[in-house]
Amino acid sequence: MAVTIVNPQNLVYARPKGFTDTPTHYCPGCTHGTAHRLVAEVLEEMNILDRTIGVAPVGCAVFAYNYIDVDFVEAAHGRAPAMATGIKRVLPDRVVFSYQGDGDLASIGMAETVHAAARGENITIIFINNAIYGMTGGQMAPTTLPGMKTTSSPNGRDVETQGYPIRVSEMLATLDGAGYIVRRSLHDPKNIRLAKKAIRTAFETQVHGLGFSMVELLSTCNTGWGVTPVESLTWLEEHMIPAFPLGDYKIAPAVAALKF
Amino acid sequence: MAREMWKGNEAIAEAAVRAGLEAYFGYPITPQNEVLEYLSHRMPELGRAFVQAESEPAVINMVYGAACTGARVMTSSSSPGISLMQEGLSYIAGTEVPMVLVNVMRGGPGLGNIAPSQGDYNQICKGGGHGDYHPIVLAPASIQEAVDLMPVAFELAHKYLNICTILIDGSIGQMMEPIQLPEMQPVVRKEYGWAVSGAKGRERHILTSIYLDVPTEEKTNLRLLGRWREAQANEIRYKEYFLDDAEYVVIGFGTAGRIALSAVRAARAQGHKVGLFRPISVNPFPYKRVEELCKQAKSFLVVEMNTGQMLKDVQAAVRNRIPMRFYGRLGGVMPFPDEFIQEIQEMIKNPGKPDDDPADLWYQRMMAR
Ligand SMILES: Cc1ncc(C[n+]2csc(CCOP(=O)(O)OP(=O)(O)O)c2C)c(N)n1
Ligand code: SF4
Ligand SMILES: [Mg+2]
Repeated sequence: MAVTIVNPQNLVYARPKGFTDTPTHYCPGCTHGTAHRLVAEVLEEMNILDRTIGVAPVGCAVFAYNYIDVDFVEAAHGRAPAMATGIKRVLPDRVVFSYQGDGDLASIGMAETVHAAARGENITIIFINNAIYGMTGGQMAPTTLPGMKTTSSPNGRDVETQGYPIRVSEMLATLDGAGYIVRRSLHDPKNIRLAKKAIRTAFETQVHGLGFSMVELLSTCNTGWGVTPVESLTWLEEHMIPAFPLGDYKIAPAVAALKF
Repeated sequence: MAREMWKGNEAIAEAAVRAGLEAYFGYPITPQNEVLEYLSHRMPELGRAFVQAESEPAVINMVYGAACTGARVMTSSSSPGISLMQEGLSYIAGTEVPMVLVNVMRGGPGLGNIAPSQGDYNQICKGGGHGDYHPIVLAPASIQEAVDLMPVAFELAHKYLNICTILIDGSIGQMMEPIQLPEMQPVVRKEYGWAVSGAKGRERHILTSIYLDVPTEEKTNLRLLGRWREAQANEIRYKEYFLDDAEYVVIGFGTAGRIALSAVRAARAQGHKVGLFRPISVNPFPYKRVEELCKQAKSFLVVEMNTGQMLKDVQAAVRNRIPMRFYGRLGGVMPFPDEFIQEIQEMIKNPGKPDDDPADLWYQRMMAR
């Protein structure tokens, strides 16, 4: 006799509707997949999957559209906030988000990011800060920590010649157009839950027309960092969080008052 | 509708609005500022999208995003700004979405100057961005012609899922002429099978220009080429003047073509059998018609405001069948009709030989001045 193990009463975990069946191409241990899943869960919970348009970056998440099951476009490197602006201005009642890495957002696309925030563009950015250029093989990023070894800072990032990491959330929080800017981390379950809540708030900010929203997610790149997946989680906690403190950098009063 | 005096840039902007423009993104650069300034009040007044972006890379990527929704979208700029847009233009071509681009060319290279030039012919017609693609390029010679071509540009862009560029220079952008504007067309957003809008009640749409599977990229290139070949077959546009009995033919596009018309009229008054051929679609270029003209002409004179960029296209059609002469002014210098008249007279006096190199002979003459 067949036994139904999973029935509605004991189902506690399933693939979200906003997630396709395609296995991701990410390295085992990478937190890109976690971030994707959180976005998919939030879009499903808000019941906005069929009016959302995603903008994929150039970076490891270039194929985000293979996994998050909504209309998608693929931007040029760093230009996702401009592309999202173009879509949102023509379709203001749709939900538009970009998903970008730190090289994409904070290096080549810094101008597009800052100006989208300054305009108070009603879009949401999911910003994956893994302190490295994952896709191109682990080169130094604008977020690489001082002394951190990468393939283009083989002796460790020398701040004398290679400068200092950029703290994007702190920077954008100074702009009046920003409605919601927070930094979260994906290194353990508790923080993942907090990250999901922040992603929800960011999308709610957009849906309520309260301005630019961004969630910076401290993420791992075990391959680029040259460590095991488990070591990468500890490394994130011990090294990245002190350099990029978690917290709420800008919550506009109207966003704080949101009930959902 | 009555004829009214309009400045070129503003007329183009209003013509785009009347052709159903839904979104405009721009960045200031002379000599096209009036397009941006005009639309900064006109678009919001009609409840349509307008953004002054932070840079031309941002502009073209806003255009890219808006184009992905199937909207009628446009930007305008001038030479240095257009250079900055090339990455985005390549993505737009590769993603197969429609847009209209207005390039009000100025003197270059580099920062150059703000005087009228045709120095960007190669960049605009031959691609400009990376990869194998062919934008449609229309080169009007008057404000009226530019206005009349605006709805055509949108139709071609949407028909061929391609970039359609209106290529003019600072003189057409800046001057005023009496024109007749078309009636206002309603904005109609079509339901395209490819556009993104949120996947309500349909399969989702993904718009991308990345094909890691190489044979799929080859297929994509072939698809682009197929549409381009259709445009080559169907979208040739040009204007002919006094060609019926012409033994000598002047060829020039845009402003150079317009100045050439004054010169041809004057040469006709002097009794010379001269005509003018003015390509309007400079891409696709009217190679066939130029080839036909070789049969009736003793010689061609090609005039441009560059070092002979379109000349190469004319040469490709002529293939040394008849002698040719070239005359160009550079870096923002506008030729006078008298210079062209003199060139016409010289051509008639000494048409030269079919295998002469017209660009070389012109360079020698320029250096000897
Ligand atoms: C104009 C341009 N320059 C460079 C590249 C090469 N490139 C691809 S991805 C990338 C960096 C991606 O790093 P990041 O944004 O941090 O994303 P990650 O892979 O770490 O998630 C670079 C430089 C490109 N595709 N386009
Ligand atoms: S290279 Fe790094 S960021 Fe990219 S998939 Fe692998 S672990 Fe993730
Ligand atoms: Mg990165």
